[in-house]
Amino acid sequence: MTDSGTQKKRSLSVICSKGSFDMAYPGLILANAARMAGVDARLFFTFWGLDIVNKKKIDRLHLNLVGNPSAPVPAMIAGLPGVEALATAQMRKEMERLDIPPIREFVEMLDDAGADLYGCQMALDMFKLTKDDLVPQVKDVLTAMDFMDMSEGAQIIFI
Amino acid sequence: MSIETVQTDAEGYLTNRDDWSEELAMELAKQFSVELSDEHWTVLNAARAIETESGSSPGLRKISKRSETPIKAIYKLFPDGPAKLIAKIAGIPKPKSCL
Repeated sequence: MTDSGTQKKRSLSVICSKGSFDMAYPGLILANAARMAGVDARLFFTFWGLDIVNKKKIDRLHLNLVGNPSAPVPAMIAGLPGVEALATAQMRKEMERLDIPPIREFVEMLDDAGADLYGCQMALDMFKLTKDDLVPQVKDVLTAMDFMDMSEGAQIIFI
Repeated sequence: MSIETVQTDAEGYLTNRDDWSEELAMELAKQFSVELSDEHWTVLNAARAIETESGSSPGLRKISKRSETPIKAIYKLFPDGPAKLIAKIAGIPKPKSCL
């Protein structure tokens, strides 16, 4: 039911700071769930999280196996060339089976769902990128302070 | 069954699927300030069909594909929480999907 005028609308701010394939999804899924439930959602992509919306990297995110105790292979093997690529390909296949969209499609879906996507100014500077390097669904580039102002009253999730 | 007599759970989903009718759906929709058009019905019927076939209440992605209605259009038809609104108006349980 729509909220009454006296009740402030719920809103969610997700900060995505990691750029591995497996860590890209949680933020996207949470923001999407929020929109499906009528909660406003905005995402802030910072540091490695910028890779999720980087035109050149969005389709090439990799699973993080090394140093990941949940990895399905022993740490010694995880570091061998090609192992992460193989594991990523396998995970992609499994996700396709479950009809979980690839990252690019997911980002488009979030935009269609009315979530707002923002890039972090400092991270862009650090990686020598501009807004043009990001997918068109990114609405703007902000400082952390701008994002905080925007998030007043919101629930904030850091990933 | 009318909106006054029909039973819903604490969150507003129909308790008994058989209580649902098109007339009830229209009344429920009005409650959420939604006026049902043919496009709305395409979406609602798709959601009901998936639920009947699979026994699981679908999320938006499945509904969008089945009804051939883009996600963006679904958000226009059912603003303010389309996944919940569709399930409530279509008389099916709360969606079990995150997508």
